[in-house]
Amino acid sequence: MLTPRTVVLTCAGVLLAAVAGCAPQDDATPAPAASGSAAACTKDTLPTRTPGRLTIATDEPAYEPWFRENKPDSGEGFEAAVAYAVAEQLGFARGDVTWTRVKFDSAIAPGPKEFDFDINQFSITEERKQAVDFSAPYYFVRQTVIALKTSKIAGKTSLADLRNAKLGAQVGTTSYQAITDVIKPTGQPQVYNSNDDAKKALQNGQLDGLVVDLPTAFYITGAEIPEAVIVGQVPQVGTPETFGLLLDKGSPLTGCVSQAVGALERAGTLKALEQRWLAQVAGAPELT
Amino acid sequence: MTTLGHTPSAVQRQRAAYRRRQTIQSVLVAASSTAALGTLLVVAVTGAPGWERVRASFLDPAIARDALPTVLTGLWLNVRLLVCCAAGALLLGLLIAVLRTLRGPVFFPVRALAAGYTYTFRGLPLIIVLYVLTLGVPGLRLQGMPSVLVLGGAALVLTYGGYLAEVFRAGIESVHPSQLAAARSLGLTHRQTMRHVVLPQAVRRVAPPLLNDVVALQKDVGLVSLAGPIDAVRAAQIATAETFNYTPYILAGVLFVLLAIPLIAVTDWVTLRAARRQSGG
Repeated sequence: MLTPRTVVLTCAGVLLAAVAGCAPQDDATPAPAASGSAAACTKDTLPTRTPGRLTIATDEPAYEPWFRENKPDSGEGFEAAVAYAVAEQLGFARGDVTWTRVKFDSAIAPGPKEFDFDINQFSITEERKQAVDFSAPYYFVRQTVIALKTSKIAGKTSLADLRNAKLGAQVGTTSYQAITDVIKPTGQPQVYNSNDDAKKALQNGQLDGLVVDLPTAFYITGAEIPEAVIVGQVPQVGTPETFGLLLDKGSPLTGCVSQAVGALERAGTLKALEQRWLAQVAGAPELT
Repeated sequence: MTTLGHTPSAVQRQRAAYRRRQTIQSVLVAASSTAALGTLLVVAVTGAPGWERVRASFLDPAIARDALPTVLTGLWLNVRLLVCCAAGALLLGLLIAVLRTLRGPVFFPVRALAAGYTYTFRGLPLIIVLYVLTLGVPGLRLQGMPSVLVLGGAALVLTYGGYLAEVFRAGIESVHPSQLAAARSLGLTHRQTMRHVVLPQAVRRVAPPLLNDVVALQKDVGLVSLAGPIDAVRAAQIATAETFNYTPYILAGVLFVLLAIPLIAVTDWVTLRAARRQSGG
């Protein structure tokens, strides 16, 4: 007999059972492998999310020149190529790699991660290291100002010339910090959800200049917005900015992944991939 | 008949004492059940294995302190936008509602346009309206293009004007036809009837849902940040990206609730007053 009362009681019972299901569970993280000894860094011993497979995350959509046509599993584009090189270094064949898409915010959340490592132009900073692990750096990055040819800052050469410009950047990037910490414009910078929105604002003339990393700057001015030009590179302040692979805080893989990146660096693989996928940095003047 | 020197009867005194006991008892029961529930929640949350890490990444006082100035600056933008957009949306909503309730066949196109507007803008996701107005319209490269803030505000006014128009219309239609008939028989024109008889009653009747929509608007004004301006949530997002720590979001959330409390209190008070008036109390 289904009276409203029994329905309510049943629902309450189900709810209670669900809550009970949320009881604390033990962290089933295996003890960190003795990272450091190369012997521990093999496909069979690495405690990946799925044994014998490597789950690599990136954002959706993934942009050129880091990934080609938003297809990371093609291995084309600089970061896709680096990801497969790291996998190979760890002993995973191409078929053992699973790609997953993770938004920036969930990549840095404290909960269990959906990936073994995330590759998505994450700049390594001391503050961020409090919350996540980074591998050794795989790319040295420079922030760059681009503008329309018709913009008032096109052809300018000094930071002082950019003080009164209306500049923009994508949210959550070090490009924004380059504006606020180095260029220090008089007006408030504009912030966008994605580089797509920022590019649209630049095309509309709502922005005088847009700050992105150098390879993206080359890609935008070369392929996406031909009427845009590179104004110049923002000077480095403090330690050089680098991209690293992002791992869960205290991940047992950090040591091995870092080693793999280091080995690729020493073997010249990273340099070769850079030359293959990223435009050469000639012709991007330094802003003074 | 004076009440001077009046002493309540023994029965009355017993009644009063009994009521006092009952009150004390119910307060005690309420307090203990609240305490029990609170303890249960605290134990459940803080006893979880991941609690330390969640606390470090969501409740870090040092990071909250660092983020406070920028989040407050962003919140000031929210407040200014809220005041302007709420005023604009209320006016637009009232205008559309009056147009939709015009009588007579000659006004059919006006009614149809007003109805079409409310259907469209209540159905359109706000984000799409914002994108079209803040990134699409400037692409026309017209002379005298207003700033992104004005365009974003216009998107909010258009969207919320649609909601508020329907609330106003419900209020207008809830006024009993006898009121209209009485007003017209006194010789008032349609306009005078609306102005002096119908609208005052209608607005009073729907004040709570109107304020409710304003509270909802308060949260949505921040969405103009997708076009570049930095509001409180955006400022929190930037701070979060710098440290990979979510405390600034929590900070912004707390500030938003604090901002909403006065509005919600006014809503409650208006509702209560209307209920009292209805029941003739």
